[in-house]
Amino acid sequence: MTRTPLRRFLDYAVLSVPAFIFVLPVLYLILGSFKPSDQVLSGLTGFLPTHLSFDNYRAVLSSFDSDATGYFWRFMGISLLLSTVVVLGGLIVNSMAAYGLTRLKWRGQGAVFAVVLLLMLVPFEAVAVPLFYMFNDQRNTIYVQAVPFIANAFSIYQFAMFFRAIPPSIEEAARIDGAGPWRTFFAIIVPMSKPVFASVAILTFLTQWGSFLWPVLMVSDPAVRPLPLQMSVFQGQMPVDWGQVLAFGVLLVLPVLIVFAFFQRWFVQGVASSAVKG
Amino acid sequence: MTTVNPAPVIPDGRKPSPPAPSGIPQRPRRPNRERLHGLLMSAPALGGLIAFVGVPFVYAVVLSFYNVRLGSPLPPRFFGIEQYRRIFTDPDMSGPFLRALVNNLTFAVVVVPLQTALALGLAILLNRKLKAIGVFRSLFFLPVVFPMALVAVIWRLILARSGDGLLNSALHTVSFGNWGAFDWLGNGLTAMASIIVLSVWQGVGFQMVILLAGLQQIPGELYEAAELDRASPWQQFRHVTLPGIRGTLVFVAMLTSVLSFRVFDQVYVLVKGGGLDEDATRTVMYQAVTTAFDQHNIGQASAITVVFFLIVVVLTLIQRRVVRTGNED
Repeated sequence: MTRTPLRRFLDYAVLSVPAFIFVLPVLYLILGSFKPSDQVLSGLTGFLPTHLSFDNYRAVLSSFDSDATGYFWRFMGISLLLSTVVVLGGLIVNSMAAYGLTRLKWRGQGAVFAVVLLLMLVPFEAVAVPLFYMFNDQRNTIYVQAVPFIANAFSIYQFAMFFRAIPPSIEEAARIDGAGPWRTFFAIIVPMSKPVFASVAILTFLTQWGSFLWPVLMVSDPAVRPLPLQMSVFQGQMPVDWGQVLAFGVLLVLPVLIVFAFFQRWFVQGVASSAVKG
Repeated sequence: MTTVNPAPVIPDGRKPSPPAPSGIPQRPRRPNRERLHGLLMSAPALGGLIAFVGVPFVYAVVLSFYNVRLGSPLPPRFFGIEQYRRIFTDPDMSGPFLRALVNNLTFAVVVVPLQTALALGLAILLNRKLKAIGVFRSLFFLPVVFPMALVAVIWRLILARSGDGLLNSALHTVSFGNWGAFDWLGNGLTAMASIIVLSVWQGVGFQMVILLAGLQQIPGELYEAAELDRASPWQQFRHVTLPGIRGTLVFVAMLTSVLSFRVFDQVYVLVKGGGLDEDATRTVMYQAVTTAFDQHNIGQASAITVVFFLIVVVLTLIQRRVVRTGNED
């Protein structure tokens, strides 16, 4: 099928209408973050700004300046720290488990793997209340926000699906060379499994960065508050300074957007591969 | 796409390993060693899953049969099925929970077909060979990476009740000034619709990408053959596209229905700051969290959690069933 210029023009036109509607809220966020606060809520005519400045960003970075309000870089730091721990810890722990459960042969491995698949059915929401009760005396700590999310049944499943497709001859060769299971895994299997590590990392990061329910239950102290929770607190304080709230929002989403821009292919592949289950 | 096929079944009988230099036969020792290492490698993750999923899950069931309150000096008291009776049939106490259940059902019944159809439409739009197609795909996918707490705030402004809200102002313009200010979030009739719109905006890119992957697996020859038979675009959609992605479509619909019962973030943010009508939008998870956190009623919140989990399990089982029978065709 060849496409005539007219056909191509129509294709673009048809795509542009929904694309514009989709981008509008994002545009509103970005433009608003550069507007003076009293011009954010100014209807259709005020959508395009007349005056742009970085004032809101400067204010966000400097107005959180005491232990009572928290500090912006502290919120950012907490979010970055939690994401790093959950993503890196998760990659190591879950890939190892997937390897041990699918590529090493031992009695009972099938049963254990079946239990992991069953646990995949339990969404975090189904255990949030009992976890909140169990760890109530450890509220407002950093580790209680990260540790429960490192082991992840769905990540194990994703790794296992990938490892299963690796031909057994590769491990046989490593074994003949005298490599034990650990060396085979870290020196041979991990380097050849970059795609699955990338998509698990990105999906985990995306979920963790936006994580909200658990911080709502576990965190009240601004010193250990991650960005999304602070976003909710900030927009609930009257009177709302809209310019600053939107600037805060841009800073909240910026790290994900950067990761998205660089690893877009893996984002999309990670999401699509998550659909192969079922 | 990283469609992974299951590895070929490894035959039971192992190939004889080459004689070890020391001459000690290795065969009987290997399975034991593999068991030890297999357990060691999976231990950290399994430990985590047991501690943070398995145990709390069982604990939720146990707690739901007790009268447990956070910070109460009284010890937990066995309650039987009293918590369940209260949330389902007690005239004084069941109101908010039943409302949450109805709200959540409404949300799912609207969002699942709407979001699936929209995702399919966008995927079909994107499934053509154009230079800039990657840009469009990224634009539609963009909201998926936005944290829900931020999405709620953006839409709080768009739907703001004053005449200066973006939507009110736009309607004012297109109606030549006949549209006044309307409180989209605060009005009981439109509050849930608002939550639905912003949730679909944020989530549809996810389903779109999955469906696009499904569409790209339909062989192009099928469309060429249909074209030779002078099939209209609608007939092609009906007889080539739809059967080709049936499995993916069912999967996406079921995934969306499970996700739609997990809704919490946007409702919480907008009730706390955005003047959202709480009663019209409370969801099952919102109810569980407020019961545990605000009322300190852990027993009742656990009972709500168990009901939530049963709904999710039933939906997942239906999904497995349908996908499996779909694959057998």
